[in-house]
Amino acid sequence: MAVSARPLRILVAKPGLDGHDRGAKIIVRALRDAGFEVIYTGLHQTPEMIAEAAIQEDVDAVGLSILSGAHLTLFPAVIEEMQRRGGGDITIFGGGIVPDEDQPTLASAGVAKVFTPGATIQDVVDWVRAHVRPRA
Amino acid sequence: MTKREWLEGAYRKSGERPVRFSTVSDMEVEPLYTDEDAPKSGSIGLPGEFPYTRGVYPSMYRGRLWTMRQFAGFGTAEDTNARFRFLLGEGQTGLSTAFDMPTLMGYDADHPRARGEVGREGVAMSTLGDMRALFKDVRLDKVTTSMTVNCTASVALAMYLAVAEEQGIPWTALGGTIQNDMLKEFIAQKEWICPPTPSLRIVVDMIEFCMREAPRWHPVSISGYHIREAGSTAVQELAFTLADGIAYVEAAVARGLSVEAFAPRLSFFFNLHNDFLEEVAKLRAARRLWATIMRERFGAKDPLALRLRMHAQTAGCSLTAQQPLNNVVRVTVQALAGVLGGVQSLHTNSLDETLALPSEQAVMVALRTQQIIAEESGVTNVVDPLGGSYAVEALTDRMERDARDYIERIDGLGGMVRAIEVGYPQREIAEAAYVYQQQLERREKVVVGVNRYAVAEERPPELLRVSLDVEERQVDRVRRWKRERDAAASRAALARVRAAAEGTENLMPPLIAAVKAGCTVGEVSDVYRSVFGVYQDPAWL
Repeated sequence: MAVSARPLRILVAKPGLDGHDRGAKIIVRALRDAGFEVIYTGLHQTPEMIAEAAIQEDVDAVGLSILSGAHLTLFPAVIEEMQRRGGGDITIFGGGIVPDEDQPTLASAGVAKVFTPGATIQDVVDWVRAHVRPRA
Repeated sequence: MTKREWLEGAYRKSGERPVRFSTVSDMEVEPLYTDEDAPKSGSIGLPGEFPYTRGVYPSMYRGRLWTMRQFAGFGTAEDTNARFRFLLGEGQTGLSTAFDMPTLMGYDADHPRARGEVGREGVAMSTLGDMRALFKDVRLDKVTTSMTVNCTASVALAMYLAVAEEQGIPWTALGGTIQNDMLKEFIAQKEWICPPTPSLRIVVDMIEFCMREAPRWHPVSISGYHIREAGSTAVQELAFTLADGIAYVEAAVARGLSVEAFAPRLSFFFNLHNDFLEEVAKLRAARRLWATIMRERFGAKDPLALRLRMHAQTAGCSLTAQQPLNNVVRVTVQALAGVLGGVQSLHTNSLDETLALPSEQAVMVALRTQQIIAEESGVTNVVDPLGGSYAVEALTDRMERDARDYIERIDGLGGMVRAIEVGYPQREIAEAAYVYQQQLERREKVVVGVNRYAVAEERPPELLRVSLDVEERQVDRVRRWKRERDAAASRAALARVRAAAEGTENLMPPLIAAVKAGCTVGEVSDVYRSVFGVYQDPAWL
């Protein structure tokens, strides 16, 4: 089957007020080095701004970086805004300081994967390759 | 035998492990340092004497131990007040306040942008009532307080001064520090309201006000900590911090303030990472370089204006979620580097900080770590015990030289504000962070329990959870505050803040009046946003 292998498009976003962007920037660079098209929102984005950017940029996945402890509020808020804009099929994943016990809650809210401290950039790249598909 | 003969003979014969011998910052080090590497006699000097390489005070810890100051804040003001009193009860000697993200970014708890973040990673502080509750039963003249807050620092300081007044304590008796280092916010920590130039004006207003009204207060803590946490090398941390310091001094001098009058109230804040010798060298180099800069560049003569006094904190980014008990050992090594580097104040991280805010038990171990170093290890008995070590002195020289090169490059760009505007330090740090991450993944740098000696993971320790109803309670409290205050008086007070912001009058007096009239952190920040504009993240990559 002839597949025109367009690179995956991924939005990396920093929701909320926390300014810890070391991880987000490393992920942006690693995903780019791995051959994906990556858009970075910059800091201090609201869920509305992120969903809007995801639709505008026509991305296949959105990676959220949250180190503020507000993950239980912000992940679902982003997902809700995505659905409202017809982007409910866009894969949402993320990373940050998220206790294990919060993982099931996030999974049931529709978060495909949350990377926690100690995950490598290779883990993230491999996961994106294996789980994100171009949107139709 | 010369060093070279020894290296090429006996040393080469005895062999080396097949690794690159470099610091955590990727600085290669030599196998041996000898008197051939030693600085020319006299340049190290003596403790308490220029250039302060060996410490800012003659008797150092024989005279007075460093201040043990654990950073704390979560939930409501009452929650954090209880933690403060616990820490003071356990022998802590200073307070240090962590505010939540909405407070740090200038939003009240009831603002939509605060949703989910109220009281999460620091204490929620929207009103004078919150500040009053935070320091309930803490006598502000009996303890020194540090407040980690930057773009809203002017409001926090106004509230602190107002609470002191309520307690009947004169401002001249208040000792402490407010971080208020906006330049490193643009470089690394990324909490801001307005662009660099108006931000710098507010900082200088505070320096000027404190010089006159609260002379024991440190109105800015020039911070490398966050620069390092963002991924910089040790040299970058040192260089960017001192370059920020230069920018503040230049701005204050441009205001017409005398260096001799305000420089003694500048303080610094450094990170303590894993690489022991590199960190000791960094702190010693910082003192020497700053004293030299103040003397040569700004013509300061008074020793008080030349001495770099510092707080330090162990490196949060060095801690691991895996095998978290190992973090106690990391923190011990890092804290020891701080003490042997001559810090005036120290925070030791808790073992569970990669997982959540520290639990009471974890913070107790962290405090005990300092107490063990202070009272059991014996290292406090001798002033600058590492002074004269060939390796430490050679590395101190190297750090100083490399930092000087960076500062010259920043001068070449037109100074730190301009360098920030073109993204220079931001890009340097992002590059260093990426290189380090790649080294970790190739296992060229080792993190025990993560990329070497990993084990199937045990259950994480008991974590502190901030209950979700904190937000609801704080939102109610702020709304009630706004309902119950004298609306006309608070509006008039806020208008006076706006007039000062639009003109050149010092912001502090109208701010103090405004917080007393019930104006909130968010309302003052809205004035800043509307008068000065909002800085947008340029997202340098």
